[in-house]
Amino acid sequence: MDAPPLLTVQDLRIQIDGRLLLTVPSLTILRGEVLAVLGPNGAGKSTLLQALACLRESTTGTLTFEEQRVDLRAPTLEFRRRLAVVFQEPLLFDTTVAENIASGLQLRGLAKALITEKVALWLDQLGINHLAHRQARTLSGGEAQRTSLARAFVLSPDLLLLDEPFSALDTPTREALLEIVHRVQQHTRVTTLFVTHDRLEALRLGNRVAVMDKGEIVQIGTAEEIFSQPVSETVANFVGIETILRGTVACQSDGFAEIGVAPEKRIAAASPLPLGTEVTLCLRPEEVTLLAPPAEGVLEQPSSARNQFLAGVTRIIPWGLAYKIHLDCGFPLVAFVTRPSLEVLNLRAGGTVLATFKATAVHVLPR
Amino acid sequence: MDLFLTGTAHAFWLLLSGDPEVWRITFLSLQISLSATFISLLLGVPLGAFLALKEFPGRRLVISLVNTGMSLPPVVVGLFVTIFLWRNGPLGFFHLLYTPTAMVIAQVIIAAPIVAGLTLAALQQLNPKLRLQILALGASRPQLVWLLLREARLPLLAAVMAGFGGVISEIGASMMVGGNLLGHTRVLTTATVMETSKGNFDIAIALSVILLLLIFAVNALLTYTQQRQRPL
Repeated sequence: MDAPPLLTVQDLRIQIDGRLLLTVPSLTILRGEVLAVLGPNGAGKSTLLQALACLRESTTGTLTFEEQRVDLRAPTLEFRRRLAVVFQEPLLFDTTVAENIASGLQLRGLAKALITEKVALWLDQLGINHLAHRQARTLSGGEAQRTSLARAFVLSPDLLLLDEPFSALDTPTREALLEIVHRVQQHTRVTTLFVTHDRLEALRLGNRVAVMDKGEIVQIGTAEEIFSQPVSETVANFVGIETILRGTVACQSDGFAEIGVAPEKRIAAASPLPLGTEVTLCLRPEEVTLLAPPAEGVLEQPSSARNQFLAGVTRIIPWGLAYKIHLDCGFPLVAFVTRPSLEVLNLRAGGTVLATFKATAVHVLPR
Repeated sequence: MDLFLTGTAHAFWLLLSGDPEVWRITFLSLQISLSATFISLLLGVPLGAFLALKEFPGRRLVISLVNTGMSLPPVVVGLFVTIFLWRNGPLGFFHLLYTPTAMVIAQVIIAAPIVAGLTLAALQQLNPKLRLQILALGASRPQLVWLLLREARLPLLAAVMAGFGGVISEIGASMMVGGNLLGHTRVLTTATVMETSKGNFDIAIALSVILLLLIFAVNALLTYTQQRQRPL
């Protein structure tokens, strides 16, 4: 994606009572993209969003929006009116749904007829036509958040800031709203900063993902990069990499390393790191294939994968549409299997299975 | 008991016959207390909003003072307003003592802290994030304050009722700075005290009933505005 930047910040910091809440040396949001900001609770995601929206008074740093400098502490009304924010709580006014959606436009002093027309459009887009004259405080959580989203979209912002807007909703409602936001974003191409602690939401909406931890952006890149090549154990943990092992490069040839992770246990990985390097190995559970253990005396390789370990099944956990299998290969390993595989392999705790994965599936981080 | 019944009967006769003196007293009471309430809103609402929204050194002290002001004894207010307006007092040259204006001044001093304190409380009970949401919707500073006050309109109407209730029913200050002068500064409360002390219980009861009806009418009007929506 080579879109021009819409917004750039440099040396963004928020310090309160000597405690540094946020440090972002630099961050660029490209025009038309959805940048998902992912991280655990307390990582500073919402703080970053509020800082970009100029809602935090103690922010320092420089913000450039469409090549124009913005005073972070005293932004002009004109700049603020190019943004729209949706928070986790709907934060609706105690008026009707239609009046709520109209509120931002009224603040901008638009003509009544124009407001009515725009409100009608977004009532329709969010599927809440029938609620137009309902009092906002009588709405369900999902209806209220639809209203809040409509109130933001109706402003046609240049930058849309979403602060965990789906976190408080039940799963079907969240699904429906994710689809709506996705559709609207595709249609309007509004540049979006999307804060979430849910990696699946980040994957679904984000063109790029920034992972935050302890007030810093620890990694930023495409979803593919973040989810398969995390830069640290923290990121790996947070993006759902179940197997994280520490080891030492014990053998190196032609860009393939053998890494000792336990006595007599070596994992082959595509990595040019030299002999003796201390490393962390990351392996996504969906990269591990489980096969029936070979019969006694059979030497033939049942798979082309370089890594093959006879493993004991320690635990089987239902995991939504799949099962999460905890294995002991002399080192811990986690795999996902589907229900049919579970049955075919006759997996049960205490049983034995052959775990295989490719050397290229292993992501190696020097420590 | 007999006294009460004949008194009440006489009260209604006074009311229905349209006794000009009673009507004048009633009208003056309403005029003074409504003016005082209105001025208290002009002073108290901005002060309450300022205290709710702005951080500054000494803010807590000012809030404690406002809260103390909410229970100012009217006689104390009466005393100090009298001293200030006294012929040789600092503001004596205005010649305001024993005028309805002096009564309005005293009542404003009683009602303004009540309005300010309740405005502050009304704004503080709003969700703190609402302020961020309103700013994020592109509100200017005055628009922000207006929208927050609009969200707090129910407790704000309670503040109006409390302010009005505080001044329409007070007696100490009105007596001291007004002087209960017939046809000039006599209001329902001061007249009631005077008639009671003279033993004219029927007239005193009549004045009390009028006072209660007046308070009821004003509060009913405000309540009707406040409770337009259905119960929670």
